[in-house]
Amino acid sequence: MTFELSAVVAERDVDLAFEVADGETLAVLGPNGSGKSTALAVTAGLVAPNPGRVVLAGRVLTDIGPGRPGTRVPPHARRTALLGQEPLLFPHLDALENVAFGPRSNGTPRSSARRDAQRWLDEVGVGELAGRRPTQLSGGQAQRVAVARALAAEPDLLLLDEPLAALDVAVLPALRQTLRRVLADRTAIVVTHDALDALLLADRVVVLSDGRVVEQGTSAEVLSRPRSPFAARLAGLNLVAGTWRDGGVETRDGLRAYGLVEGEPPAQGQGAIATFRPSAVAVFRDPVEGSPRNAFQVTITEIEPLADLIRVHADSLHADVTVQAAAELLLEVGLRVTFLVKATEVSVYPR
Amino acid sequence: MPVGLPRWVYVPAIVGAAFVLLPLVAIVAKVDWPSFGTLITSESSRAAFWLSLKTSTAATLLCVTFGVPMALVLARRDFRGLGVLRSLVLLPLVLPPVVGGLALLYTFGRRGLLGSELDALGIQIAFSTIAVVMAQTFVAMPFLVVSLEGALRTAGQRYEVVAASLGAGPTTVFRRITVPLVLPGLISGAVLSFARALGEFGATITFAGSLQGRTRTLPLEIYLQRETDPDAAVALALVLVIVAVLVIGFARQARSAL
Repeated sequence: MTFELSAVVAERDVDLAFEVADGETLAVLGPNGSGKSTALAVTAGLVAPNPGRVVLAGRVLTDIGPGRPGTRVPPHARRTALLGQEPLLFPHLDALENVAFGPRSNGTPRSSARRDAQRWLDEVGVGELAGRRPTQLSGGQAQRVAVARALAAEPDLLLLDEPLAALDVAVLPALRQTLRRVLADRTAIVVTHDALDALLLADRVVVLSDGRVVEQGTSAEVLSRPRSPFAARLAGLNLVAGTWRDGGVETRDGLRAYGLVEGEPPAQGQGAIATFRPSAVAVFRDPVEGSPRNAFQVTITEIEPLADLIRVHADSLHADVTVQAAAELLLEVGLRVTFLVKATEVSVYPR
Repeated sequence: MPVGLPRWVYVPAIVGAAFVLLPLVAIVAKVDWPSFGTLITSESSRAAFWLSLKTSTAATLLCVTFGVPMALVLARRDFRGLGVLRSLVLLPLVLPPVVGGLALLYTFGRRGLLGSELDALGIQIAFSTIAVVMAQTFVAMPFLVVSLEGALRTAGQRYEVVAASLGAGPTTVFRRITVPLVLPGLISGAVLSFARALGEFGATITFAGSLQGRTRTLPLEIYLQRETDPDAAVALALVLVIVAVLVIGFARQARSAL
């Protein structure tokens, strides 16, 4: 492993550990306050864990705790470049000098640092904007320059903190492609809220919740077979977690879900997960019985428009219905309804 | 059109502005114009003028040298007693200058706290040009610290964090990122310090005395002339006003050029 992190930050209730292989891009997912930013801050040397250990490319960057040497390599000597939501280009330098900043800080002579900078600007597709001041750049252009600046520092590990979150929708796909290209063979950690980012940019995903790692795996695995509520929400799936009993997943609230078992069926009493798409749910006002169907008696908690559909929330479950159906059923918050899902629409797998 | 002001606000605003501007008009009206040239070019006037300019410049440089690091520590570090330290550093702002002068005298004077040690080294500070510069630095430093600390806090540390992550050590970050970002605040702080040093009177006369050519700065010269030659005092006062206006104008130019 080229990068390994284990960190306890008590005042933020964070206790996590994960690794990133050489050349791998890891996506860190999780709700607000789950510890994503703390993980990056510990890696960049901005927050000291206790205890905690950070190793990058064979160098121990942080090693704090009882009986440990108390190593704390300062931020500038860690070779972990940061790229945030906002480009944060230095306002008093033009694009070229911004990108040349890293190489020059490492002692590269001015002229060759500028040559490098121009090459990196060309690499991310903004070579012709080298002479512009940050105020003369659009949001997308500025973020491209910021990407070039981070790459030009030639870090051992690139830290991206929601790099696409503040951008205009129009420039998003192109910049995502650029990131995908430059991250392909680089070691990087991407904090993101976006399932698409996780799929396109990352090889592997860790999901955090309340400062702990709750799930990890390849991006495709986590998003197609989520095991945590957050990953299920990212993937746009309903998730019913419980134990396997008599051919179905039974939750603590007594809900039972039947579906198609993927792979080996779980053992009786083992943890199991059932997932299904909100569009596979049919909503009825009256209790309905019928096989092979799942019937969930729920109370509507929220109704929101979703493109040309209506999304009906009932606590942790969601159903997408047409506007006409919602109108005919006179759906409203607080109404008791039945969510019906065909068993063939439900995937079941061990937790 | 932004939200309107209450109409009554204009009355105290105009009275206040008149209160500040009218005395300046009175000075200009009082100037004995035909002999203005001779009055301000007399030997003692020129000596006082150049002494003031030199000592104020030196004091401003000292304020920058020591005030910038002080502002950095106050703005960027957090430790117990920081609040108390900040209040103490800013004390000269509210202290009567004559008290400051006395304090300096009892520190660096011949019988002062460090006086005998300095005496043993053959250094006598009190009643010298160096004492003038020290008195001016003492009263002017807080102006630089306050305005720079504000600028540092406003600028925040986000750019500095990015710069460090790109491999820049603390000194490089300070030189290439922090200073350029707070340059407007640094300039206005330095200008305020210069203006305060130029007008310094109480601490100077207490700690440095009033020796022509050595410690008698423009404000001291004006105060002395007021008794013997009021016309010369008024003429020199006008010179000081003009220098002050030039300094403010320069500061505005420099700020808007950034």
